[in-house]
Amino acid sequence: MTKSATEANVAKLTSRTLAISRYTLIEAWRNRIAWLFLGVVVVSILVSLFLREQALTEANRVQAAALASMMRMGSVFVVILYVLHASVREFQDKILELMLSLELPRASYLTGKLLGYITISAACATIASLPLLMLASPQDVLMWAYTHMLELWIVAAFALFCITTFSQFLPAATLTLAFYALARSISAIQLISQSTLTPESVATEFGKLLADAIALVLPRLDAFAQTAWLTNSTATDLSAVSATAQAAIYVLLLLSAAMFDLHRRNI
Amino acid sequence: MARERVLKNVPVRIRWLVPLMLAIQIGFRTVEAPPVGAAVQLAAAPSVNNLRMAALGEPVGLAVALTLYLQAFDVQPGVSLAFRDLDYGRLISWLDAIDGLDPASSYPLLLASHVYSRVPDEEKQRAALQFVFDRFHDDPVHRWRWLAHASIVARHRLNDMPLALTYARAIATEANDPSVPSWARQMHIFLLEDLGEVEAAKILLGGLLASGAVTDPHEVHFLLERFKKLEGGEISTVLPKH
Repeated sequence: MTKSATEANVAKLTSRTLAISRYTLIEAWRNRIAWLFLGVVVVSILVSLFLREQALTEANRVQAAALASMMRMGSVFVVILYVLHASVREFQDKILELMLSLELPRASYLTGKLLGYITISAACATIASLPLLMLASPQDVLMWAYTHMLELWIVAAFALFCITTFSQFLPAATLTLAFYALARSISAIQLISQSTLTPESVATEFGKLLADAIALVLPRLDAFAQTAWLTNSTATDLSAVSATAQAAIYVLLLLSAAMFDLHRRNI
Repeated sequence: MARERVLKNVPVRIRWLVPLMLAIQIGFRTVEAPPVGAAVQLAAAPSVNNLRMAALGEPVGLAVALTLYLQAFDVQPGVSLAFRDLDYGRLISWLDAIDGLDPASSYPLLLASHVYSRVPDEEKQRAALQFVFDRFHDDPVHRWRWLAHASIVARHRLNDMPLALTYARAIATEANDPSVPSWARQMHIFLLEDLGEVEAAKILLGGLLASGAVTDPHEVHFLLERFKKLEGGEISTVLPKH
């Protein structure tokens, strides 16, 4: 194949991937995900205002902490459910079969879908961070929003991988939520397993090894979008660099695993 | 039609990409700094009411999680057991909050009487013992053993006989139940006999094990280890001057 033919092929694949991505965004808009997410934001603000009124001191700090935590959980929840819901509908309506019958490589389809979902995730992280600007410094909010976006990318990629593998909502949702909970708590689990107060035994040693082994294949999501960055300004540039590297590696890992599964499916 | 196609249908690049990315992920996590705790940054505990709200109807589950969090806070690798650097006001507020969430558990009392009372600071030791004494009144029949240990600590490490007798007499007067062994209600006698700390701990531990009050194998192990260290002199009976 000549160089110009290869370039033309790459351009064609890129344009198809971007088209899938664009239609993913249009579908999200028509599904009113923006309104749903704004509802989550409004409820979070109202609850944080209520907690602010309960605080005897450091009211700003209390509200920032409550709001950031709720926004973080809310956006993760919305992104997971949306990715799974949209993918399941495509599988059930045979849209995937239709797409693949149009000379569209499976890898381009998945990449396009993921690009769409990470754009939605970026929008969610941006919207979630806007109310925090009233409660913390812009630099701290920027760092929080950036790493929260990376966290949502990982979660969206994991949800896409699960739904590609299982094709069914319930197992995919269960596994994705369990993954998120474990990735958020794996550092604490490692620390607890290394406690010197617990008796030495084969079971505790096995527990330590198991926790360390699981930690190797999970991203440390507890190091992303920390509320302490907003309340205590403790974020460093290293936090962003490390989170970017981790997100890039993990999203690529999940995308390649999802591609592997999709190529093996008999469609 | 088979649900899955054979492996050769997966492009070679993708077949290699998955293990390659997995290896990069493991490599990244291996070189990444391990999680560490900061033993001096214990935040103030929220109120029990706020914690109950945050527990979403699972106060016992949250209490267990907070207990393990508090316990791990001081024993993380890379962080020395610098109890004297901890704000004991905040520490006690956490123990109070955990006790409020799960009053049936004695875990906070174990931490206060056996772990946090080891601090080489008399004021902080007294704060830990006072927590045990305060919470003992909530359920004397089930919590007497923590106060019994607090009594020994008061006698031998604080050298405060009146405080030790106050605790011992509280057990005698408030823990009125057949399940409480008679020797526990007569603790003030062996306190007045002026036994050494090891002897007193031996009586307490032997009595606890014989009476069947301690059944959890982890707790038995923990208490035996503490006792061995005490006997071996690893835990000083005299308050260090820090």
